[in-house]
Amino acid sequence: MIHKTKPLTATTMASRTAVILFIFTIGFTTVLAGVYLLTKPAIDASSAQEKMRSIGEVLPPSNYDNELLTDTLVLPPTAELGLDDVSTVYRARLGGAPAALVLETVAPDGYSGKIRLLVGIRFDGSITGVRVTQHKETPGLGDYIDPKKDKNKDRPWITQFDGLSLDKVAPHNWKVKKDGGRFDSTAGATISPRAVVKAVAKALNYVAENRDKLYAAK
Amino acid sequence: MITWTETKEIFHNGAWKQNSSLVQMLGMCPLLAMTTSLVNGFMLSMATIIVMALSGFVVACLRNFIAHEIRIPVFIMIAAALVTVVDLSMAAYMHDMYNILGIFIPLIITNCIVLARIEAFAAKNGPIQSLFDGAFMGVGMLWTLSLLGGLRELIGAGTLFSGIEAVIPGLQGLQIFPKDYPGFLVTILPPGAFIILAFLVAWKNWIEARAAARQHRPVPPPLAAGGCH
Repeated sequence: MIHKTKPLTATTMASRTAVILFIFTIGFTTVLAGVYLLTKPAIDASSAQEKMRSIGEVLPPSNYDNELLTDTLVLPPTAELGLDDVSTVYRARLGGAPAALVLETVAPDGYSGKIRLLVGIRFDGSITGVRVTQHKETPGLGDYIDPKKDKNKDRPWITQFDGLSLDKVAPHNWKVKKDGGRFDSTAGATISPRAVVKAVAKALNYVAENRDKLYAAK
Repeated sequence: MITWTETKEIFHNGAWKQNSSLVQMLGMCPLLAMTTSLVNGFMLSMATIIVMALSGFVVACLRNFIAHEIRIPVFIMIAAALVTVVDLSMAAYMHDMYNILGIFIPLIITNCIVLARIEAFAAKNGPIQSLFDGAFMGVGMLWTLSLLGGLRELIGAGTLFSGIEAVIPGLQGLQIFPKDYPGFLVTILPPGAFIILAFLVAWKNWIEARAAARQHRPVPPPLAAGGCH
């Protein structure tokens, strides 16, 4: 745009640009607020559905009859679980009686950083399922801890935890076979499974020690 | 409005001659991170097409109200608002894909191609032309990223269209190579994107050189790659 009229003074130019910028800001903020309000119900529904799906993978819905997403407990940062942030524990009940807990745990010693896990543990201390929710392990090497990346689709690596408990597997056996324990791992990629096994054992210990408190807490 | 020749010209320019990935080398960061599979590359490009077409259109409509001195902040604001709209809609209606593309949807705004086309085209042309220019620039990115993603996925994992269930529920990815194909990890990792991209750039230059030779024209020097993340 070329101004053929006399040049503007600094003050008029500054106030003119400020007004234009202000009007555009107001306009587009309004548009964004509108879109946010329009999409919010759908976004909330999608993320609740997604949460239920990931919980469903570690705890089949037949195990409980309460509203899992509302029967929750917020844990403060818990060192025993490797969590340095608050996390949510979902409490499953069947006919009012405590049935299972679904909690988050973190393996701090993955090959490249933390591995976040979701673990489902029955009232009797046995595992209903374990899933990796977040990891940065090497693609094609250590990432078989995530069943979506596991080449063995019939019996993914992570399913070997199903049904196990501290009673069934002695504490010194919560290791990969290479370290003298009972869990399989792929040759050349033992760091990731080693971290996961350790974190699952820690979660079991934590629940064993705090079980009644976790179910009872408001 | 817009003539047929004009449309063809804009299309040829966006999809081939000034291809954002193969010639201008723009948007390398999402290109590296998101072309690990055909579906991911395709979906990121689709989101970029929507943003580019809409921002071109909106800027061209409003260009007479935007003072020259503050055009860049206003352009960025318009594009960022549209990126946020796409981001929110994806979170609402394509949640699985939104989780996969993650941070790369909001990061579309940092893709230089968006601001580059607004500044170079939409600020000087009509709304319809700008809409087409944005969309066709995106089409150039779309076929390149889909091809790159497809090649990386095929060589790296032996599959095609994996992850399509996140876009169209019920569909399944295809296993192209036998199930025991060991994979070729480097093509999935970021260096593989650069290596395969280099082959695509070489292939494009080869086609241009051959076409020039056939018409007994001197070979045009490959358009310089500016480059920004």
